[in-house]
Amino acid sequence: MAILECIGLSKRFGKVQALEEINLKVEPGRVIGLLGPNGSGKTTLIKLANGLLTPSQGEILIDGMAPGRESKAIVSYLSDKEYLPDWMSARQLMDFFEDFYEDFDRARAEEMLRHLGIDETMRIKQMSKGTREKVQLILVMSRQAKLYLLDEPIGGVDPATRDYILDTIIRNYNPSAAVIISTHLIADVEQVLDEVIFIQNGHLLLQTTVDEIREEQGKSVDQYFREVFKC
Amino acid sequence: MEWVFRNDLPIYSQLVDRIKLGIVSGALPPGARLASVREMATEAGVNPNTMQRALQELERAGLVFSQRTAGRFVTEDEKAIDDCKRTLAKGQIESFLEAMGELGYDREGIIALLKEDE
Repeated sequence: MAILECIGLSKRFGKVQALEEINLKVEPGRVIGLLGPNGSGKTTLIKLANGLLTPSQGEILIDGMAPGRESKAIVSYLSDKEYLPDWMSARQLMDFFEDFYEDFDRARAEEMLRHLGIDETMRIKQMSKGTREKVQLILVMSRQAKLYLLDEPIGGVDPATRDYILDTIIRNYNPSAAVIISTHLIADVEQVLDEVIFIQNGHLLLQTTVDEIREEQGKSVDQYFREVFKC
Repeated sequence: MEWVFRNDLPIYSQLVDRIKLGIVSGALPPGARLASVREMATEAGVNPNTMQRALQELERAGLVFSQRTAGRFVTEDEKAIDDCKRTLAKGQIESFLEAMGELGYDREGIIALLKEDE
């Protein structure tokens, strides 16, 4: 069964049509790039999958169910905004995640914090912006979820950390889980992806594999994206 | 992330070429056991499904074989390895000839130049 399915999914904010008639399926075991220019509807789609927004029309299904309490137990979401309470330390946040999510793997989180040299006792508000982003990502990637929704996970971190994050995605690869990464930094993530979804102005433009684009177009996804979305 | 990929070719086919090179150069000797798909994917910095596809391609080409429980191994068929080496060499020659052709050299000119170099 598809881990994520959209059937005629539309979302409207007042007069603005953010998403229109999206039909797509994401199978387990895939790492997918959700790509599109600013304002194309990427974050809206991710928020719908999370139940943070509700569809205006159509359906979105997570493992066959509408987003809700049960789907949240299997979806690990990285927001594009900072949302962690800033008075908490990394250690307190791990306590928090351990309480909230049955699938939270504390040992894995601690290992990653150590690897990136982040002090567990430091409070969020004492951390630099990049470090806060790392902590957020570590917490999200330390869950054994079936669907990871990562909204701009590598935007604010340095290239070495970016490599470590992509490496983590590969090492944590699980054939029964899917990872969806929304990003503008296509060249950086391209070789980690199986599939790409292009969206533009709320419409699904294409869903295909990275190697199919390379095979048919004779260019990378990054180059192809620049061509399709040329300003 | 040390592996660098060209933009104009599928990633899996570049993985196939890289591994072939390892086999014909002896870096991966006949009968050697390959690392797991996940380990190889991590080393190359690529998606595990893409690495899996490359390995299946090499299996089809008879350069690696898998044993259900023990993993994947480099073929012990020296002839298959030799054939692969020749094919790779011919590919190199072809692109060399093409580049030399653009410089205005024909075969004889190239041979004369090679001899001059000795």
